[in-house]
Amino acid sequence: MKKIEAIIRKTRFEDVKAALLDADIDWFEYHDVHGIGQSRQERIYRGVQYSTDVIERVAISIVCRDVFLEPTVAVILKVAHTGEIGDGRIFVSEVTDTYSIRTGEHGDAVIRDKK
Amino acid sequence: MMNEIGISLDTVWMLLAAMLVFWMQPGFALCEAGFTRSKNTVNILMKNFVDFMFGSLLFFFVGFGFMFGSDGCGFVGAPNWGDLSFYGGDLPVEGFLIFETVFCATSATIVSGAMAERTKFSMYMLYSAVISLFIYPIEGHWTWGGGWLCNEAEDGWMMTTFGAVFHDFAGSAIVHSVGGVLALIGAMALGPRLGKYDKAGRSRAIPGHNLMMAALGVFILWLGWFGFNPGSQLAATGAVNREAISHVFLTTNLAAAAGGMATMFVTWWKYGKPSLSLTLNGVLAGLVGITAGCDLVSPIGAIVIGLICGVVLVFAIEFIDHVLHIDDPVGASSVHGVCGILGTLLTGLLATDSGALYGHGWGFFAAECFGVLVIDLWAAVCGFILFYGIKRLHGLRVEARMEEEGLDIYEHGEGCYN
Repeated sequence: MKKIEAIIRKTRFEDVKAALLDADIDWFEYHDVHGIGQSRQERIYRGVQYSTDVIERVAISIVCRDVFLEPTVAVILKVAHTGEIGDGRIFVSEVTDTYSIRTGEHGDAVIRDKK
Repeated sequence: MMNEIGISLDTVWMLLAAMLVFWMQPGFALCEAGFTRSKNTVNILMKNFVDFMFGSLLFFFVGFGFMFGSDGCGFVGAPNWGDLSFYGGDLPVEGFLIFETVFCATSATIVSGAMAERTKFSMYMLYSAVISLFIYPIEGHWTWGGGWLCNEAEDGWMMTTFGAVFHDFAGSAIVHSVGGVLALIGAMALGPRLGKYDKAGRSRAIPGHNLMMAALGVFILWLGWFGFNPGSQLAATGAVNREAISHVFLTTNLAAAAGGMATMFVTWWKYGKPSLSLTLNGVLAGLVGITAGCDLVSPIGAIVIGLICGVVLVFAIEFIDHVLHIDDPVGASSVHGVCGILGTLLTGLLATDSGALYGHGWGFFAAECFGVLVIDLWAAVCGFILFYGIKRLHGLRVEARMEEEGLDIYEHGEGCYN
């Protein structure tokens, strides 16, 4: 089993979501994240100019069987891509086991991707 | 019989206007809450409630008498102790009391935004009581209460000195500039919020948590002003009155639109982008500015007043923030103080029947200048004694820890967003 974590643009989220469902991923989590990078954005509030370095992105987290790693990553690479600086990153890590709380089963069988 | 119906019509109009002016309270509450941070929202809402609750009770028991009670010299009326029978006028006294109460509460509630995010709640209550009990009714007596600034008798002091009396139709000076001056002095006595100025003294932005609320608040205030100004005619019956309230309605709206537009373009030119947070203040600047002369200026005059107030507002906010280093989170001192004074003075120039620019001489303008000076000096002296007195005797400001974590939890034990 693998865990795929992807930081993507907020504007690409809807398309990535649809593409992941099409690619037979039946469950993933996402959350809004704030990152700090090198880029700055100028803002003005009530006549005071200031710059903010906060960058808003969506983080997606997927656990899948090993056979699904490559197609899933390929989907994200393709759909989240714009070519501009700031498209994001994908991190892949090993997951040692998974348990279903309802049935008590564990291992690959718990992750019900369709293939 | 016709006269009877006329008085009833006037009463209904006055009470309707009172409702609209009451509705300015949620306008102020939303505006101030939106321009400040979410950790202090319960606190600022509570302050708006305190202003109206204290104002209603104290003005009924004492302030109404101070303002409208009779006296010999035109300085202050006798407190009425809840007895309204002294007041003789065509309109029912209880309705008139309500109408005057909502104006008093408006003056009181201006200050809460300027002192937001760092004032001890108990000390704010003390301030709120003093303005409703004392500061507002007394200067109100000098003017609307028939006191010396508005005494039209030929041998009155204003008439013999200037040949004109002070005119402030709905309260640019009497209501707004008094609130604005107190707001400035209150914010000065408190000192800036933690983190507002860096070590070099440069101003830092502390963005408000919800401009949606602030914008809705300003729209509500705009609506409320249609009661504030046209309602101050206190009559609707007959050709003169129905034309007067319509004229005031128009001038009020034109000035608000011109004020907001002027601010939008000035911010666009100065900062490269049209700023909503300042345009909201610009609308209010136009409204505050037109309040004194909304009955006397022409529609074009109203637009001129709105434009001037909208432009001056941006520079007033910059000056108070960047030069004076007084931290006013919502801009109350600029909107209500600076533009309230400006609007009253411009009335002396632009009033069609008596203004200096219409060739009627400088007497009326001088009367306006003098009136503003006296009223705001009174507010400033009271403000100094009140706020610096509290600061010295008890402390006006919460501890740094409370300020950092938010007044909601420490002062009220509940958060706004859960």
